[in-house]
Amino acid sequence: MDIWSGLALGFGNALSVTNLGWALLGCFLGTAIGVLPGIGPALTIALLLPITFQVSATGAFILFCGVFYGAMYGGSTTSILLNTPGESGSIITALEGAKMARNGRAGPALFTSAVGSFVAGTIGTLGISFLGPIVVELALQLGPAEYFSLMVLCFVTVSAVLGGSALRGLTSLGFGLLIGLVGIDLQTGQPRLTFGVMELLDGVDVVLVAVALFAVGETLFLAWRHVEGKQEVREVGKLMMSREDWKRSIGPWLRGALLGFPFGVMPAGGTEMPTMLSYFTERKLVRPQYRKEFGTTGAIEGVAGPEAANNAAAAGVLVPMLTLGLPTSATAAIMLSAFQSYGIQPGPLLFTTQADLVWTLIASLYIANIMLVVLNLPLVGLWARILKIPTPQLYAGILVFATIGTYGISNSVVDLALLYGIGVVAMFMRRFDFPQAPVVIGMILGPMAEQAMRQALTISQGDWTTFITRPISLCILVLAVLALLGPPLWATVARRA
Amino acid sequence: MARVKSGAGPDLAVGVFVVLLGLLCLWQAAAIPVTPLYAQVGPKFMPYLVGALVVAVGLGLTGVALRGGWSRGLEEVAEAPPTNWRALGLLGAGLLVNLLLISTLGFVFAATAQFVLVAAAFGSRRPGRDLLIGLAVTLGAFLAFDKLLGVNIGAGILEGVL
Repeated sequence: MDIWSGLALGFGNALSVTNLGWALLGCFLGTAIGVLPGIGPALTIALLLPITFQVSATGAFILFCGVFYGAMYGGSTTSILLNTPGESGSIITALEGAKMARNGRAGPALFTSAVGSFVAGTIGTLGISFLGPIVVELALQLGPAEYFSLMVLCFVTVSAVLGGSALRGLTSLGFGLLIGLVGIDLQTGQPRLTFGVMELLDGVDVVLVAVALFAVGETLFLAWRHVEGKQEVREVGKLMMSREDWKRSIGPWLRGALLGFPFGVMPAGGTEMPTMLSYFTERKLVRPQYRKEFGTTGAIEGVAGPEAANNAAAAGVLVPMLTLGLPTSATAAIMLSAFQSYGIQPGPLLFTTQADLVWTLIASLYIANIMLVVLNLPLVGLWARILKIPTPQLYAGILVFATIGTYGISNSVVDLALLYGIGVVAMFMRRFDFPQAPVVIGMILGPMAEQAMRQALTISQGDWTTFITRPISLCILVLAVLALLGPPLWATVARRA
Repeated sequence: MARVKSGAGPDLAVGVFVVLLGLLCLWQAAAIPVTPLYAQVGPKFMPYLVGALVVAVGLGLTGVALRGGWSRGLEEVAEAPPTNWRALGLLGAGLLVNLLLISTLGFVFAATAQFVLVAAAFGSRRPGRDLLIGLAVTLGAFLAFDKLLGVNIGAGILEGVL
């Protein structure tokens, strides 16, 4: 199916009243929950997963697209008004955005990030529509050996390249892989790492781990360092941007989106790098008379650019997720597990076997984007009011929903104990600066990588050289080694010179 | 061996913990029964690989800790306020109460008790009001999930009546 007939089919499905309703509900819930401090898109989707139990796959994924984009909008609102970024991608937004808010310019900051997200989301979704089928063509030629190598590359980039330290990133990855191993081995039926506990035979649920990492661990960490006192929510004030603001924002929006999307598409997904790059680019390119606003009163370019980069990168992550079945961010990993719970395995075949679903999903990304910009600007007052929920009741409420997200699904006290156990580990991970995303990615991708490896070895009749004699596989593995060893070697060379 | 530099003790504990976790994985991998089924790679291979990876990074972390550690240099740790034992204790109690009561009293009562304790942990001074809010939140959530979505959040006293 070519792109145009695909899009026509998709919009035909997505524009039905029911599906528009799902998109609207998703956008609303996504923004409302994403606005809550400390809750990013990954946790938002994890908490909303139970909703899908009664819904068809198409409806559920339209809902998720809305939630996905909505949670990103919500996150930027929190960064600007409260200066507490909910996820790594909006840390940079908080930098200039909170400064603008402190100087009474919260309204324009919110406006530029909303329109910037719209511009970037649209560019990103266009990218998905046109790049997706091309990647699928390429991906259909990959065998299990290439897939395994690709996953190895993915492991290296998400854990060792991004983040503060390769060692700590790999530790997080190892923890995730270890959790992923728990349960019955799919090929031989042997129980692994279950310690004789019946409940562990099915493996550990990814929602449980996500909720433990992002909700329980975060809450425990905040209690550990809790200081009495109230956080100040900045007033929104006048929302509209002046003509000057528009002129200053358009460039950063486009540059940010074009910078962010490729980063999202590459297996080195992640939003820290493109948002940082966009920030530094805008600070360089800003007209001289506004340069002093950076870091002092808050420059609108420093909100518009990174926010667009963040959204475009997040959209880009959907390309490897849908076409290769490779999640490169925690959010994508949870969406992948949602696909799996419907018995759908994302990958190159998805575009042929589930063409209906894929194109409807892509169409609803466009729709969600438009809905959000229409919905969020008038409702910004409501979102700001959500931010005023007092901290004690907010965290108490989050933990109630954490209980529903785990115990509500399995009715198992063992799962609840596991949730709190992993939550305690997550608290220490925060204290000692271990990244959380590699845990989720490791536990989802680990079993897939193992399966690909065993398939490849079965095809090659046990010949291990299959990974390095197949040219594409070799190239990907070389890239992975370079990504792992390159930065430290470069540092050593640079120090000598 | 050089004495552990001051302040790196916690980092050292983390390194040792990670090594132990890796060893646990290796031990469990060895305990996987060997299958008579033919396979090029058995079910043990991946657990051995992951266990080895975790032990290796654990040793790496231990090495870094012995050379002074990494977490002292972090801004967030250096500027952190002291441990709030009261908040941590109340929160821990909340989680424990939920864990112990949920299978007997049911979701609504257990989660409400947890709500009150967690709110108190974060400085709420009005347990009575929190009790009412907690009841409303958990009851609303229970009804929404049970009646609308058909998600069964366990049995309990109140849940049996509704």
